[in-house]
Amino acid sequence: MTETAERYVGGGVLRKEDPALVTGRATWTDNIKLPGMLHFALVRSPMAHARINSIDVSAAREQPGVVAVFTAEDLREEWAAPIPCGWQVTEDLRVPEHWPLTGDKVRYLGDPVAVVVAEDRYAAKDALEFVEVDYEPLDVVTDMEEALKEGAPLVHEDLGTNECYTWPLQNGDIEEAFSRADVVVKERYIQQRLIPNAIEPRAVVAQPEPGGSFTVYSSTQVPHILKSVLSAICGVPEHRLRVVAPDVGGGFGSKLNVYPEEALALALSRRLGVPVKWVEERSENYLATIHGRDQIQDIEVAATSDGKILGMRVELLADMGAYLQLGTTVVPLLGAFMYPGLYDFDAYSFKCTAVYTNKTPTDAYRGAGRPEAAYAVERIVDALARRLDMDPAEVRRKNFHPPFDQPRTQPAGIQYDSFNLQRALDRVLELADYEGLREEQRRRRESGDPVQLGIGFSTYTEICGIAPSQVAAALGGGGAGWEAASVRVLSSGKVEVVTGTSPHGQGHVTSWSQIAADALGVSPDDVEVIHGDTASAPWGRDTYGSRSLPVGGVAVYLAAQKVVEKAKKIAAHMLEAAEGDIEFEGGRFSVRGSPDRNVTIQQVAGAAFLAADLPEGMEPGLSAETFFDPPNFTFPFGAHICVVEVDTETGKVRIRDYFAVDDCGPVVNPQIVDGQLHGGIAQGIAQALYEEAVYDEDGNLVTGSMVDYLVPGAPEVPRYTLERTVTPSPSNPMGVKGVGEAGTIGSPPAVINAVIDALSHLGVTHIDMPATPARVWQAIQEARGREASAGEASRTGRPAQAPDHEEHPGGESL
Amino acid sequence: MRRRIRVTVDGRAHEHEVEPRLLLIHYLREVLGIGGAHVGCDTSNCGACTVLMDGESVKSCTVLAVQADGHEITTVQGLAGADGWHPVQKAFHEAHGLQCGYCTPGMIMAAVSLLRENPDPSEQEIREGLEGNLCRCTGYENIVRAVQQAAREMRGQAVAAS
Repeated sequence: MTETAERYVGGGVLRKEDPALVTGRATWTDNIKLPGMLHFALVRSPMAHARINSIDVSAAREQPGVVAVFTAEDLREEWAAPIPCGWQVTEDLRVPEHWPLTGDKVRYLGDPVAVVVAEDRYAAKDALEFVEVDYEPLDVVTDMEEALKEGAPLVHEDLGTNECYTWPLQNGDIEEAFSRADVVVKERYIQQRLIPNAIEPRAVVAQPEPGGSFTVYSSTQVPHILKSVLSAICGVPEHRLRVVAPDVGGGFGSKLNVYPEEALALALSRRLGVPVKWVEERSENYLATIHGRDQIQDIEVAATSDGKILGMRVELLADMGAYLQLGTTVVPLLGAFMYPGLYDFDAYSFKCTAVYTNKTPTDAYRGAGRPEAAYAVERIVDALARRLDMDPAEVRRKNFHPPFDQPRTQPAGIQYDSFNLQRALDRVLELADYEGLREEQRRRRESGDPVQLGIGFSTYTEICGIAPSQVAAALGGGGAGWEAASVRVLSSGKVEVVTGTSPHGQGHVTSWSQIAADALGVSPDDVEVIHGDTASAPWGRDTYGSRSLPVGGVAVYLAAQKVVEKAKKIAAHMLEAAEGDIEFEGGRFSVRGSPDRNVTIQQVAGAAFLAADLPEGMEPGLSAETFFDPPNFTFPFGAHICVVEVDTETGKVRIRDYFAVDDCGPVVNPQIVDGQLHGGIAQGIAQALYEEAVYDEDGNLVTGSMVDYLVPGAPEVPRYTLERTVTPSPSNPMGVKGVGEAGTIGSPPAVINAVIDALSHLGVTHIDMPATPARVWQAIQEARGREASAGEASRTGRPAQAPDHEEHPGGESL
Repeated sequence: MRRRIRVTVDGRAHEHEVEPRLLLIHYLREVLGIGGAHVGCDTSNCGACTVLMDGESVKSCTVLAVQADGHEITTVQGLAGADGWHPVQKAFHEAHGLQCGYCTPGMIMAAVSLLRENPDPSEQEIREGLEGNLCRCTGYENIVRAVQQAAREMRGQAVAAS
């Protein structure tokens, strides 16, 4: 009678999402067509900074197919509140007003000033050029250090400064640590600005419903957050607003926001009484959707002569862009606690100065603050190793936390959950054949091979499972870091899981089905996962920050446990046994010692539904809801080795191999986890070698389309060799850690450390991202020049003549 | 101003009057309601709009609808046969060659076209053959594996058929 229970968690379950996607039957926001629907398009500023003297929309209104044209003035009544800053990170944070359309000034290229509503998108776009805006150009500031200088053009005059906030953190006696040091290594790193590039551009449809209600369909990662915030901006009461995230084509943080176009869609559908749609074009996306990174990092470490780190100082400049979006202020601070990395030392100080410039707002892009931190610490540990002539693996090992499985305080004062770094590093050294690689490197150096070999390390951790409500509140985010789930066993025994996470490529439907299937002893095919619609999944905090599994997936697990607890009581009643004697295995409740006396969960579900014979006082139905608010973050970690070949004659970098041993705790779906790592590593490689959003001094985005901004294709990225270790997290009952951002956080320093390692014998100590052939070649020439004129060596390691570095004068290796 | 075009799409003949400037991708999406062909950029870089025109892959954002007059278009929605999914669709599913799935229809059509020209491509040939299609999720590794798997299956079918 007892069958072996099949386990799905950890197994190879193919994705349930795929059939619609591989046959072209998905529902993207742009696929939604509603009767009477109008389309809108935005007049965007062609200048980075200018006063608006006047706007004349009369000619645009006369264009064929045009229904209405509105300016900021025309829509003033629509707004109950401006677009909010989600994180009040300091008490004296300077928050500018941010309305869906700007009326007084434009503050970045693409700032929206008017909206045209028309019968179709061609007509709307045609009419844009008939809107006449009289701009009075103002001085532009695009460089953070310039923006902080006295007399700099002010992005927001009413704030009286371009400084948004200063946020310090100090732990331990930093002066004492530096005074004890044998060596101090100090460097400056540039985190170039990146454009997230989800392949589906944003889109939104808003539909008026009877009774003053509205439905908003948006290509968003955060339908629940969007609902609350749109309710506040537009003054539509929460219970009259339904937000749906249909199939969403990638986000990477760029759709973790509330944008002017979403507020405009809702307001226009209310004003005009018909459904309206807006679909972003790619070159528009490059201006109108948030950018990522854009920080200047000054970092120094104090260490003993045998490589033990004593303390670390970090000073960060973070570019907010022209306005604050939902998470703009908090992104650099997600990194604040992570600069110590995997290393244990006594004292740490951090200061972040956030700055307004005439550029597109920044916000969360995959990793959000944490790739920046991981990059800086992993670069400076390599710099320390070079300074002490030690092996980079050895310096790391010397400073690692010892293995632990319960929370341990780290130098920034937060508690890491569980680590075994030694095991991951040992394994990746073995996988890569580290000794063999060093031997090959030596041979190539000795033979003067024009193609040199570089071996780059990154041993990283990240703060994942962005959740604990108290921590979110302490950082100025208000709280609400929990995640919710419901599990319902229907009368037939089939299962519905309702989740508050909002997947857009991560495969939650499959993974949550596996979790529920194991918990309830059913097949994943018997589980439906409902998500992304605030009408059917009313509670949720959505998907970002590698939180979905360690918060939302765990909520599913806990809700299923609650269902089993209730089912056990019903089964005991049905089997006329004591509840304590009931065992549950493989979907079957049986009496301990009498396995023949049993009922299935399907039978229990039927009994719970019919309710004709339930235990005294029990409510009908087999359903449970859980809110999970974990006590701590989770901290996945890993050890990566990137192997590059650098052509010293052309500067071209080829990644020959990429080895990664990652630990995200127990794995629900290995194929999906590997996929997250592949894609994450590729995005990190993209930052290291290819991508950069470049503005000229007038604030024009020079890399304004996919022609100029190099999103890598298949030939530009390597094959990945992945393995994992499993160190369960004590932060949640499944022990899971999350993996959505790991690759992007781990890989950029591995790549750049490899490039520098390939050239270090030539005297190269520094290259900024992206390490393009021109930059690498220039660094080689510069180093050779230094060697030639010994004694005159620049201390920067940075190519002195490189024009693209002029904005950010060099760092120094003391 | 408008021009009459006759286009066969996924086996069905259509006749419409269209503006000469109408892009093929917008004809497919807006006029015919084919939601499985996507727009990802406006510069022909991303390939999300890739469809087959008379069996050859084209980026339908840089083809005008009037240029498709008299031609046969295949989108991902017309790819499956009576006996189920095309081997490339099946392989993308089995090898986890997609995550968000937005680039997938274009990627699949580009792969179908690639395998038609080269039934036994090397890994490098696959990577270069798909360089006109951008994916932001997968890091391409599983896309390459999917195309290799589909190539094996299609060669097997070809052998069985001969």
